[in-house]
Amino acid sequence: MTAFMTTFGIWLSAFFTISIFSFLYKDNPLYKFSEQVFVGLSAAYWLVNIIYSIMIPNLFSKLIGDFSGNLILLIPAALGVMMLMRVHPATQWISRYPIAIMIGTTAGISMLRYMKSDILNQVTATMINPFAAESTSAVIGNLLLIIGTLCGVFFFYFSKKQEGIYKAPSKLGIWFLMVSFGATFGYTVMARISLLIGRLEFLLGDWLHLIK
Amino acid sequence: MKRSFPLVFAFVVGFLVLLAEFIPHRPFNQLTSTLENWFMIISGFAILLGQISLIRVNSKIIAHKEENWQYHLAGMISFALMLLFGILWGMREASGVLGNGEDLARWIGLKPFDYLFTYAYMPLSATVFALLAFFIASAAYRAFIIRGFESNLLMITAVIVIIGRTSIGSMLTGWLPESLSFWHIPNLLILSWNTPILQRNVPF
Repeated sequence: MTAFMTTFGIWLSAFFTISIFSFLYKDNPLYKFSEQVFVGLSAAYWLVNIIYSIMIPNLFSKLIGDFSGNLILLIPAALGVMMLMRVHPATQWISRYPIAIMIGTTAGISMLRYMKSDILNQVTATMINPFAAESTSAVIGNLLLIIGTLCGVFFFYFSKKQEGIYKAPSKLGIWFLMVSFGATFGYTVMARISLLIGRLEFLLGDWLHLIK
Repeated sequence: MKRSFPLVFAFVVGFLVLLAEFIPHRPFNQLTSTLENWFMIISGFAILLGQISLIRVNSKIIAHKEENWQYHLAGMISFALMLLFGILWGMREASGVLGNGEDLARWIGLKPFDYLFTYAYMPLSATVFALLAFFIASAAYRAFIIRGFESNLLMITAVIVIIGRTSIGSMLTGWLPESLSFWHIPNLLILSWNTPILQRNVPF
């Protein structure tokens, strides 16, 4: 039975894969069906995942195991219930409080995190002696790092019109930005292509056994 | 009051988190982790709220037999099946209401939830994101190609990255001597990643 179910599963995967790819031709019933199934499955997957990985270990297990010792957890539980009040128009305003806590926490933590990683660490990493490197390519890399950072930051300086002598670093900043956007774009495309190769490998290998 | 008080609340919570960073003493040193834990629990309820909203929207479409209602019904059936399997027999190592589903796992090879995850959710997810490769490539071609020096710079870098990540990239410049290895295409990838703007100025 296990072998049959595995084969059935492979055929099910192949059906969904081909149905989604059929959108490349045009929108069709098979694609619409698979799209909605994907929406349903992913919604349920995340709900079950949250229940088992967050709600049970962080809330329910602790409250059931030692209720009096974890009384403080009743606060986030109450806030969570308040969040659900959004379902009804008359009680919608109550959900603003848990949302306020979430926004406040996220803003505070993100501000600190970005202050460290995007400002302090970056300033430290850029304030280097470019000629202290061992190889010529490393020296060129360090120089690019410093010039690129300064010009890139200068491009976002809008308090003064970027003309005359101010135009050159700004222009250089754009070039550095474009190179970085290109690299990011290239990596994004390759990530998608890897997924595409994976699906084709599945269709030609696991399903049709044309490749090994 | 209903609007301004939550705003004050958000400000106070954010300010407390900032303050906690500079006061390494009780209760401030535990404040951030406590709030992070609360955040996770509240976001769990928020996910539940999202699912309730999804059910409401889809139920309305199905009840009124709006256009393409059959597909929404299929979506709701798949949602119910996955949720039911997850609650009854659990997922991966976690047990559900009816236990760990060993008998079923012996019969179908995996737990019912994991079976749906492996043979339906995973292929659907991977294929939907793989589909984007075609649209990204065609949209980028139309948007960037030969529009000016800057857009060409972007495309050239992207092409170098794409070629460099394939075996043809290594083959094309693999013959270069050691002294010129800097120009070997996979090595240029390191240069593009080390481009200062990428790491330092633009928050991706």
